[in-house]
Amino acid sequence: MSANPTNGPGGITRRNFLTTVGAGAIGAAVSENALAAGKEVAPPQVTPAGRSVEVALRVNGRTHVVQAETRWTLLHVLREVIGLTGAKPGCERGECGACTVLIDGIPRYACLTLAVEVQGHDVTTLEGLMDGEKLGTVQAAFVEADAFQCGYCTPGQVMAVEGLLRANPNPSVEEIRRGVSGNLCRCGAYQHIFKAAHRAAELKAGK
Amino acid sequence: MADESKDIYYVEGTPIPETPLPGKEPPPWRETSVVGKALPRVDAYERVSGSAAYPSDVHLPNMLHGAILRCPHPHARIRRIDASAAAKLPGVRMIISGNTPEADLIWKKDPVGDMRLFEPICRFEGDVVAAVAAETPYQAWDAAHAISVDYEVLPFVADERQALKPGVPVVHPKGNVSKTDRYERGDIAQGFAAADVVLEESYRTECELHTPLEPHGCVANWDGRSLTIWESSQGVYAVQSRVAEVLKLPLARVRVIGHYMGGGFGSKLEPGKYTIIAALMAKLSGRPVRLFLTREETYLCVGNRPPTNMTVKAGVKRDGTLTALEFSVLGTGGAYTAGGTSLADWLARDLYTCPNVRTISTDVFINAGPARAFRAPGHPQGAWALEQMMDTLAEAIGMDPVQLRLKNIPSVSQAREGNPPYTSTAFKECLELGAAAFGWEKARGEARAQRASRHIRRGVGMAGGLWFAGGGRPPSTVVVKLFPDGSANLNMGASDLGTGTKTVMAMVIAEELGIKPEAVQIECADTGTTQYATPSGGSKTVPTEAPAVRNAAVQVKQKLLEMAAEALKVDAAELVYRGRDIASRQDSSKRIAVKDLEALKRQGIVVGIGYRGPNPKNMTTHPFAAQFCEVEVNMLTGELKILRFLAAQDSGRVMNRLTYGNQVIGGITMGIGLAATEQRILDTGRTGKMVNRNWHDYKLPTALDVPVDVTVLPVEPVDTAANNTGAKGLGEPATIPTAAAIANAVYHATGLRITCTPIHPQQLVQRLADRPKEG
Ligand code: FES
Ligand code: FES
Repeated sequence: MSANPTNGPGGITRRNFLTTVGAGAIGAAVSENALAAGKEVAPPQVTPAGRSVEVALRVNGRTHVVQAETRWTLLHVLREVIGLTGAKPGCERGECGACTVLIDGIPRYACLTLAVEVQGHDVTTLEGLMDGEKLGTVQAAFVEADAFQCGYCTPGQVMAVEGLLRANPNPSVEEIRRGVSGNLCRCGAYQHIFKAAHRAAELKAGK
Repeated sequence: MADESKDIYYVEGTPIPETPLPGKEPPPWRETSVVGKALPRVDAYERVSGSAAYPSDVHLPNMLHGAILRCPHPHARIRRIDASAAAKLPGVRMIISGNTPEADLIWKKDPVGDMRLFEPICRFEGDVVAAVAAETPYQAWDAAHAISVDYEVLPFVADERQALKPGVPVVHPKGNVSKTDRYERGDIAQGFAAADVVLEESYRTECELHTPLEPHGCVANWDGRSLTIWESSQGVYAVQSRVAEVLKLPLARVRVIGHYMGGGFGSKLEPGKYTIIAALMAKLSGRPVRLFLTREETYLCVGNRPPTNMTVKAGVKRDGTLTALEFSVLGTGGAYTAGGTSLADWLARDLYTCPNVRTISTDVFINAGPARAFRAPGHPQGAWALEQMMDTLAEAIGMDPVQLRLKNIPSVSQAREGNPPYTSTAFKECLELGAAAFGWEKARGEARAQRASRHIRRGVGMAGGLWFAGGGRPPSTVVVKLFPDGSANLNMGASDLGTGTKTVMAMVIAEELGIKPEAVQIECADTGTTQYATPSGGSKTVPTEAPAVRNAAVQVKQKLLEMAAEALKVDAAELVYRGRDIASRQDSSKRIAVKDLEALKRQGIVVGIGYRGPNPKNMTTHPFAAQFCEVEVNMLTGELKILRFLAAQDSGRVMNRLTYGNQVIGGITMGIGLAATEQRILDTGRTGKMVNRNWHDYKLPTALDVPVDVTVLPVEPVDTAANNTGAKGLGEPATIPTAAAIANAVYHATGLRITCTPIHPQQLVQRLADRPKEG
């Protein structure tokens, strides 16, 4: 265990939380344009923003094939096309984290991710943490610690904590604070969120 | 699946409150079995699983998406709107604007004149110009951006401090003064003459934006002549009445639903123009319309905590007796009448015993978005001034700040007609118990001892407060239905903003009926199916609704007793309700289980109707608070770190210890925003536009800005007069003293009196640099 919260195992800091969001975009762009080192680079093909394309999305373990405009965000497709409304729009500009989902296990802002970018990646939403009707561990810890008020930031907070614990099963309070620092809570329930994250870590460890 | 129907009653043998005779109000609870416990929320599952449908989640078949084009200037006349290009874009189904007949609808009556839905003159950046409905939100925005508008840009004033200067542009023809309020008691000149020390200081708080996580908006759908609106709202009945008034519809044909909502803090006490626009576009297109504002729009047009410019002059005797308080405030509600200075002077009038008080409040118009109530309107601002002044006075007479406050505690509301006593006040206990639990004296001393040794300085500060309202009041009607198996249904018009209202009400029913809170199913916030309630706000929801809910539950018990009396052939007054069964007081072999009551089986349900009774005469009910904090200031970088907080709150009886604590930490978080991070920045000189209309540039406190160490200390006076539950409001008082306490701690740490919010590094570093060199 690293004592330095910024560099701890899976230390998802506000900074690398944001960069991981960006990294997804770059990764996708690179693979789509098939840029290979040393090869002649063809001018990139631009698909008009309003053009619909077929996108296969793997969400919560199931594949959804949808028609999506290339400009549509993952958040829009999750909510309006697939019908999963767990992830919430709070700002749709990468500031609040209400839209947080896991992409390949890492918390990302679904509002800053285009649907076309996540083909071939695993998307997990709040709904994906449920075991049938049963709450997932982090969700149950949020209930126990009363880690929300209006509950609108909560799906994002839960996903941020889930992502944190997957990378760092035993975070310190500082690591928890950094782990959720990309998620605003205007109701201000932060201290209860810290407790919930701590409790979730215990529950996951079978304590 | 577990057999939940077996598990309805709370605990066998749990004492259940006595049932009063029909027509009698229940006496105050002595002991409680459920109320006051720390219980998780009854709607927690829905909120964490994603199954709670917030208005922004509502998706109707065939639904269109709306977008609003807003004026980009703080003051402009619309010469011409050309939507022809926009109308041809793919997916566009409806465009309305000042060109269409709907423009003439009267949106709101204002003392400066009626406000139309689409005003030909926009008086603030963000007033509506046109609206579009299209197949997708992307297409709606494409179209909104394709509307071309020819504006005649008018001169503007965007700084309230300039608004009354000669030659400044006027917002309305009648001039820039919206309202002037004066208050006076005693003889202020005599009061100052009697003082040993008289001090005067000016203070300013910056404008804050509510920005709840769920943006403002709604989904509107017509079913023939009836309109249904799912609105993110604090009060569905308030939305219903305004929509009905604007659209000239009978109330009964406007159904407003708001089962869940993602935060409001006062900004969702009323609907917006967007509500009417969504309803109109739905009507004209014959399709449901969803219209939610973008985050940027929520910074411009759905309210704010207005800026205040305050001056306090105070006189005190050497023994700490306050002799005179003079308070003035200049503020603004923005471009329309919106209570820009309302209640900013209340603490100066009422928090401390003082015979001679004079206040003057001047509310002016500027070309900026209208204010709306924001968690304890006026109070955190007033506390920012008064509570810093109290510390300054204490220092001047060499008294401890807590002791100075204790010296001046009133038992009556001096600012109210007839000086009514408080139904309860534990302000004194909040100060004493809070100081003791915080370790006030030790912490103050230790912080001082650390001085000069390092560039990190520690400071300890505190502040007090009370909230102008918080006692609740009629009207409220609620209905409790009891089913033969003992489970119950509560029907209540009030909204649960996330404060835990539903859970508290379930606990009240559980207390009275001896059932588990989970056995109470709640229908709330729906004008079509639930009873009338005023909007949830002003910290009045629990003290308003809980007594009504209790009355309804009591009525259910009374009816059950009558049914049992008939079955057992004894007098109802001889019977006692024990939860699972009803028995004779004298002869406990005479008893009958609730589920065996023939009359109940025949009827299917028992209905209890509860009303909120009147408040006591000649008394007044208010919550109080004292908050204590410890901070660290980096004298090189100006960074402020808040290390810990303790909140001693008198909100009467604690209804649910878990949600109570949550409300208080939320209040502190919000107060940290006022103190240290939040500030609307208008480009007052060149364009008048808001430059930080997003969460990146307008800083809310994050998880890294709040202390981990927060202690919530409920101080529970027994209040048997306020209402039949003894609860007072909590949401607002929890945020009133916070910012002032931080400013006082910063002073203690640095010796710098920071009179303007926010205390951010830029300001602190400047002030530190401006200091005269030491030694
Ligand atoms: S909605 Fe994605 S960060 Fe706010
Ligand atoms: S619970 Fe309301 S914003 Fe976090």
